[in-house]
Amino acid sequence: MENGFPSTRNDSFPAGLRVLVVDDDPTWLKILEKMLKKCSYEVTTCGLARDALNLLRERKDGYDIVISDVNMPDMDGFKLLEHVGLEMDLPVIMMSVDGETSRVMKGVQHGACDYLLKPIRMKELRNIWQHVFRKKIHEIRDIEGHESFEGIQISRNGSDLSDDGHMFCGEDMTSIKKRKDFDNKYDEKDLGDHSSSKKHRVVWSVDLHQKFVKAVNQIGFDKVGPKKILDLMNVPWLTRENVASHLQKYRLYLSRLQKESDLKASFGGIKHPDMHLKDPAGSFGLQSSINTNQNDVANGRFQFSAHKLFGQDVNVKIQEGDLKGIFSEHMPDTKKTLNADNPDPQETSSHMSFDHSFATLGSEVNYEAFDCHIWNEAPKIELKREHKPLLQLEDGFSQLPPCAPEHHVKTDKLHPVPSVTSGLSLTARDVSGPIKNEPLYAEYQGNRVSHVSPKKCAIESFPIQSKGHMVVNHQSYEPVSTAISSMKPQGFNLSCLTDFDYCQRNLKASDSTLAPFNETACLLQGDFHNKYFGLPNIEFTDCNDPSFIAEIPVHWYDTLTSDYECPLDPTEYSIFDQGLFIA
Amino acid sequence: MDGVAQLQKQLVDFTDSLFQEGFLDEQFNQLQQLQDESNPDFVVEVVSLFFEDSERLLNELAKALEQKTIDFRKVDAHVHQFKGSSSSIGAQRVQKVCIAFRNYCEEQNIEGVKPWHRCLKCLQQVKLEYSLVKNKLETLFKIEKQLIAAGGSIPT
Repeated sequence: MENGFPSTRNDSFPAGLRVLVVDDDPTWLKILEKMLKKCSYEVTTCGLARDALNLLRERKDGYDIVISDVNMPDMDGFKLLEHVGLEMDLPVIMMSVDGETSRVMKGVQHGACDYLLKPIRMKELRNIWQHVFRKKIHEIRDIEGHESFEGIQISRNGSDLSDDGHMFCGEDMTSIKKRKDFDNKYDEKDLGDHSSSKKHRVVWSVDLHQKFVKAVNQIGFDKVGPKKILDLMNVPWLTRENVASHLQKYRLYLSRLQKESDLKASFGGIKHPDMHLKDPAGSFGLQSSINTNQNDVANGRFQFSAHKLFGQDVNVKIQEGDLKGIFSEHMPDTKKTLNADNPDPQETSSHMSFDHSFATLGSEVNYEAFDCHIWNEAPKIELKREHKPLLQLEDGFSQLPPCAPEHHVKTDKLHPVPSVTSGLSLTARDVSGPIKNEPLYAEYQGNRVSHVSPKKCAIESFPIQSKGHMVVNHQSYEPVSTAISSMKPQGFNLSCLTDFDYCQRNLKASDSTLAPFNETACLLQGDFHNKYFGLPNIEFTDCNDPSFIAEIPVHWYDTLTSDYECPLDPTEYSIFDQGLFIA
Repeated sequence: MDGVAQLQKQLVDFTDSLFQEGFLDEQFNQLQQLQDESNPDFVVEVVSLFFEDSERLLNELAKALEQKTIDFRKVDAHVHQFKGSSSSIGAQRVQKVCIAFRNYCEEQNIEGVKPWHRCLKCLQQVKLEYSLVKNKLETLFKIEKQLIAAGGSIPT
């Protein structure tokens, strides 16, 4: 069978859809098999998650969709979900007899494209093909968006990007065109072209993944970027985008691992791509609910779990010009509870790998430059309004609100702002591209709300390089300002935000280090706009000086609750609204 | 033909009663609809699988409750599994007692009844419901067999 759909499928899609069913319950396995066969799907059953993974790895591209139970003896369904997303990027549907909202949410956060409740009806199974279809379409669109984003980036980027940029230019055009073609074809349900289309799904085999990991380690997680990885890997047919999206997932995955080991708290994971930075006014996509737990790899692209980034240097490329300074996201409201579950420095690493410079944080992550590309792929970061990253992107770039916002930062002791300075918000969303979410801060520029954080922001040690760094201070509150100012956002990705957000979420506020998480993440060059999230204790002073970032009061994170929704106080919100968001 | 008609009636009545008394629910109908020429014994096969798996689960559950120190999480996991299993064939009453089992065991403040006592009681209930539905289904299948043997066909 060729790559992609077998030819027979073209005519009768979705018939012949290749489904892999994983369930430890033999009765259900049999029933599901029968049901799926009745839908004319090609079914493979598996009683164990490990077997399923092996099957998937052996036959790359041998399946179109995976349906898995949540509770399995050998491996948690969510873990499987993650692996599948990371390695194979297939849509995954979860099933369970347990329909509790929290479980369902966890599934979605981890990237499941659907969550079915048992007993499952035939009609529910009939429609699963839409997930396969949708994913393809999104991938195409993301690539397109990504490319256009890159285009913009190229134009403004600094030395670092120039290489990449140029390289991309040419590629972009053609690929975009080809993608469009593909898209059209796809629309006609002519899936036969799938395998020959420009964008064919790369199946990340174990070998390939090993190469990837090796390259990443060689480069150094903090300096990693798709181009570098690609070069090191030396796989001719692999494209930068492939690597970029894979890197994204990998980061999420790592952060999750980290989180698991460090954190106990359940903070919301990073919202995966679905987070949209909705309109500036308020939808800071960063939802605290971002589920850091798992990156929604399945969905793509963005699951940045800050988590993952943590400890690793995430390269945040801040779109230059746009990011004026680091936004320290002010947690406007302590009670917003940044769900930064920032348990301790290490934790943050998982989520917020932003913090590089924070030496204090063990797991600091240096986001030197978020690879914008990566972000681009997943422009949608849903930032909930609550915490809007302090990103102030100057020019209407879609500034991603620092991811932090949504988290509840738990700070038991209001510690100086934890090193989490999530410069996250800087993820410059693909400006031109599919910024699906309105940049949260789109208009931060005008907004200068500087908050003085009583506690120092740990941001300071941001090693902000010319690229924007998302500084996430988890633990150490160091004045971020310095770091921030040096941040030159090259191209902030939304993904940064998400990541940041993710991180934030994961930050347990135990140290309240996270506080700055939301805020400071975005340090944009020089110009520091603080987004005032309405932190009650924060005084915002108009200050362009990143130094105030350091002030991110720790107390912002007052009670970390694992519940990440940090709804912004309407009053606080209004502060933002003023020109905060770019519509 | 009288015999066939009679058996058919018997089958229909009996099946109806099972639904009415809550032993079976809609899911069982789904199973019956899945049965076709390529799988003429589908329902019987599935139900047999269910029985096998259930015996195993119930044993595990009993074992878990016999431990010196009961691992309630494990107990809960087993019950959850059984709940899922029973939902597969539409064994509604079994499902219900599983839910009750979990709730009851989780309740903190029941005076005078220790947690594991409660669990044991719940286990009894679950076992009871399970054997009831097992008997019912076995009877159902018997009637079906007789019907087919007599030359009739199962009314859909």
